[in-house]
Amino acid sequence: MTEYALTTSPSLKRRHAKEARFKWCGRIAIMIALGFLVLMFSAIIFRGMGAFQQTKISLEVTFSELIIDPSSARDPQELARANYKPVLTAALAKTFPNVTDRNGKKRLYKLLSSGAVFEMGKLVSDNPDLIGTSQTIWLSASSEVDLFMKGKIDASLDENLRRLSDADIAYIKTLKSGGMIKKKFNTAFFTNGDSREPEMAGILGAALGSFFSLLVCFGIAFPLGIMTAVYLEEYARKSKLTDLIEVNINNLAAVPSIVFGLLGLSIFLGVFHIPRSTPLVGGMVLALMTLPTIIIAARASLRSVPHSIRQAAYGLGASKTQTTFHHVVPLAMPGMLTGTILGMAQALGETAPLLMIGMVAFIVDIPHGVTDAATSLPVQIFLWADSPEKGFVERTSAAIIVLLMFLILMNLLAVFLRKKLERRW
Amino acid sequence: MEPSVDLTLRHARRSTQIKELAIQSILIASSLVAILTTIGIVASLAFEAFRFFEKIPLTDFLFGLEWSPQMAIRKDQVGSSGAFGVIPLLTGTLLISFIAMLVATPLGLLSAVYLAEYARPKTRAIIKPLLELLAGIPTVVYGFFAALVVAPIIRAGGSGVGFEISSESALAAGLVMGIMLVPFISSLSDDVINAVPQALRDASLGMGATPAETITKVVLPAATPGIMGSLLLAISRAIGETMIVVMAAGLAAKLSLNPIEAVTTMTVQIVTLLTGDQEFDSAKTLAAFAIALFLFILTLGLNVIALKIVDKYKKQYD
Amino acid sequence: MDIQMQNAAVVKPPIMSTKNVDVFYGKKQAIDNVSLDIPENQITALIGPSGCGKSTYLRCLNRMNDTISICKVTGDIRFAGQDIHDKKVDVVALRARIGMVFQKANPFPKSIFENVAYGPRIHDLADNKDHLKDIVITSLKRAGLYDEVSDRLDESGTGLSGGQQQRLCIARAIAVDPQVILMDEPCSALDPIATAVIEDLMEQMREKYTIVTVTHSMAQAARISQKTAFFHLGTLVEVGATEKIFTNPEDQRTQNYISGKIG
Repeated sequence: MTEYALTTSPSLKRRHAKEARFKWCGRIAIMIALGFLVLMFSAIIFRGMGAFQQTKISLEVTFSELIIDPSSARDPQELARANYKPVLTAALAKTFPNVTDRNGKKRLYKLLSSGAVFEMGKLVSDNPDLIGTSQTIWLSASSEVDLFMKGKIDASLDENLRRLSDADIAYIKTLKSGGMIKKKFNTAFFTNGDSREPEMAGILGAALGSFFSLLVCFGIAFPLGIMTAVYLEEYARKSKLTDLIEVNINNLAAVPSIVFGLLGLSIFLGVFHIPRSTPLVGGMVLALMTLPTIIIAARASLRSVPHSIRQAAYGLGASKTQTTFHHVVPLAMPGMLTGTILGMAQALGETAPLLMIGMVAFIVDIPHGVTDAATSLPVQIFLWADSPEKGFVERTSAAIIVLLMFLILMNLLAVFLRKKLERRW
Repeated sequence: MEPSVDLTLRHARRSTQIKELAIQSILIASSLVAILTTIGIVASLAFEAFRFFEKIPLTDFLFGLEWSPQMAIRKDQVGSSGAFGVIPLLTGTLLISFIAMLVATPLGLLSAVYLAEYARPKTRAIIKPLLELLAGIPTVVYGFFAALVVAPIIRAGGSGVGFEISSESALAAGLVMGIMLVPFISSLSDDVINAVPQALRDASLGMGATPAETITKVVLPAATPGIMGSLLLAISRAIGETMIVVMAAGLAAKLSLNPIEAVTTMTVQIVTLLTGDQEFDSAKTLAAFAIALFLFILTLGLNVIALKIVDKYKKQYD
Repeated sequence: MDIQMQNAAVVKPPIMSTKNVDVFYGKKQAIDNVSLDIPENQITALIGPSGCGKSTYLRCLNRMNDTISICKVTGDIRFAGQDIHDKKVDVVALRARIGMVFQKANPFPKSIFENVAYGPRIHDLADNKDHLKDIVITSLKRAGLYDEVSDRLDESGTGLSGGQQQRLCIARAIAVDPQVILMDEPCSALDPIATAVIEDLMEQMREKYTIVTVTHSMAQAARISQKTAFFHLGTLVEVGATEKIFTNPEDQRTQNYISGKIG
């Protein structure tokens, strides 16, 4: 019998080596992409975790009625706006009895955030009984002190090259030894609006802005998307009109998002005069943007409902509309909802179009409805990222962490819906 | 008397018919929103752009080699005309898109090939969602990362080998945008590669080709049109991407193909022109619409071609 | 003629032999304990109702089942005396010796020339361009296709008719110069005329190659094969000289199948 060589020849060895190399190229490509993901997440988490803590200084404050409320009217609004600076300077002087010169006192006061007076105001207007008493309270430290406490200001550097003087650092050390300076959970970050002072800046305003925008977006895009999908899948016969609609949907899905912003600017703001910078107009723009995503998902979901369901309904004498809305749409709903949530997640992360319709302004007040001026989380990230203040770096990262949390939650919800509710035919 | 069965249901049918008609009209009306949106986009862009071209000739815009929209606000200021040539913006946009595609194409294609042809189902079930996570991250996050981490690294690397790299560079923006596009290309290509019939793989493997030979010589060539389509869609994405370039690419409108210089893009200029203090009707504001119209036509063209190619490809193996 | 054939089979040892082959798809057993010899330069036909495992068995012979991750093959399969599951055996080299033609013609979306040149190229069989062209033309001639396509070798292989496409696939398999060609229902998608052309071709190819073919057509098995194996529900029910199987089967199931009672 003839012998046939079936073993690996040298030339085959080369081919197998090539094979292995090729396979590794694929692995390496995936590793690079995922490595980047890990690098990005860890860089942001590493930078952002600090912002969830804020340095606070403990002071024994005497709430003197003479300074805070000389008229004894106890009007909460007046109390919130009263002059707390002398109260704080007095408290600081008590803590640092050795500091007597003007310059030193000024420096001491600068250890506190310029927002500390507002914290006092809120405290007193909420608890007017404090007036006339002496209390030990924790107040926010300035951004520089905060950065120092978090190890982000290098004390070994030349004094002129850092934001805190040797004297400042000495003060902080004194406070530290007395246990009067501590990093505490940063509630202000979750309850405040934007601020020029990093230590006072919070994401509540932006988060609510995003929430209201998404509310509007959902209110418009969900019904419109579903009705369009139902029309195209259940009602329309193939015609020039339906072709045109389909081509439009596919192309809209790929239009750069910034173009939607310009549409909003010139039509919603320019023609319909919807108030600028509001979640209302933001939500409308986002709705047009997410519409194609929702339509495409909803159509796929409708298509997966088996034909037998429709025939069964028709067989019982149901009309087209009854069949569609009583039987087909409810069955397709989980898939439609999943698609909608994913569309909303995409809208939540969108920034560029909102810049075009003025949602990029510096807004301190927390919005209470869809017609209040607001920003959104991603826009807030953009604004903070642009800010020269060093204290904003960690807050930007922290805001990103919050945004990503929301996105992950929405995606998990979508996955959950798909797994739990979607029927397999 | 014969019992009569009324099969006409006359009264009921009338009201049902009206209801059906009403519902159908509402459905049609909502479907028209998609068309209205397109019309709205085209009309608003074209209208404002037309007003722009009344002030600045179309040829100056399309072929102008200089971009400096800093028009004087007061009439007596010098240089009150400004320069509105789109070419430097186009080269900047294309340069960054080119760098992004240089990163995204090999990474995306190789990932797709590995996932489609080599990965075990379990590995695939883990890796694919992780890659898609990259696509779900908002672009503002990429922009922040590009400006805060990638640009300084590139800068440090550059000065290490004696290059002076500005803190904002086409390279940083392009690299990060490339990573952003990886899942886009890999998932589209994955679909395309999976659409290549198994019979072709069997034919190749059956005559003793290695899997790598089968992929590079049979599967990929067969999938080329579909892959081209997905690359075109990715390019269109890159051209229209805004936040990464706004945060990492810069504002300098230079006619340069140097990747380590700061360049500006069409989207960056739209954002700069329309945020901050703006007056309506100035050529500066209207210019943003002209750029946007240009951008819209460019990306629309790419999309239409890409979708046609992909469509034709998919029908081929149906 | 018949006796000659039997003698030839006795004189020559089988080019392939399989013993106790089991195939599992996950937990499902697709082939149960099949032992079968493949005589050299003959056509062996595997018949049986659909789903009986004949195609699965065929794919064991050049380890095509390796490409399906959940598929597990056990048992002793030998080609020219060598265990094809031996660690030293390179599956690439094995498949170059044992080629395959599939149910549906699957030319690559390349030119006719490139389709046939694919195998010689990857295995580096041609010394130069002229040699490659020689191989391509010879293979096309052996597959009986050359005269029909000689003037359009650079046109796409997918533009040919169904029968021509299948002959192109045969030419592509021949170009690697295999000893055995496995054919998995090569005519099932073709019309009777194209089928007749392929059947003639197989008869001619027998001189140079050993052919194992799966077919669902009993008439075809009777026309072209010298040895027939009948599969049923994953087992090999009966095997023997084709004439014997079709005229005087021993097993009742074979009898039932060829008379059209099952399948």
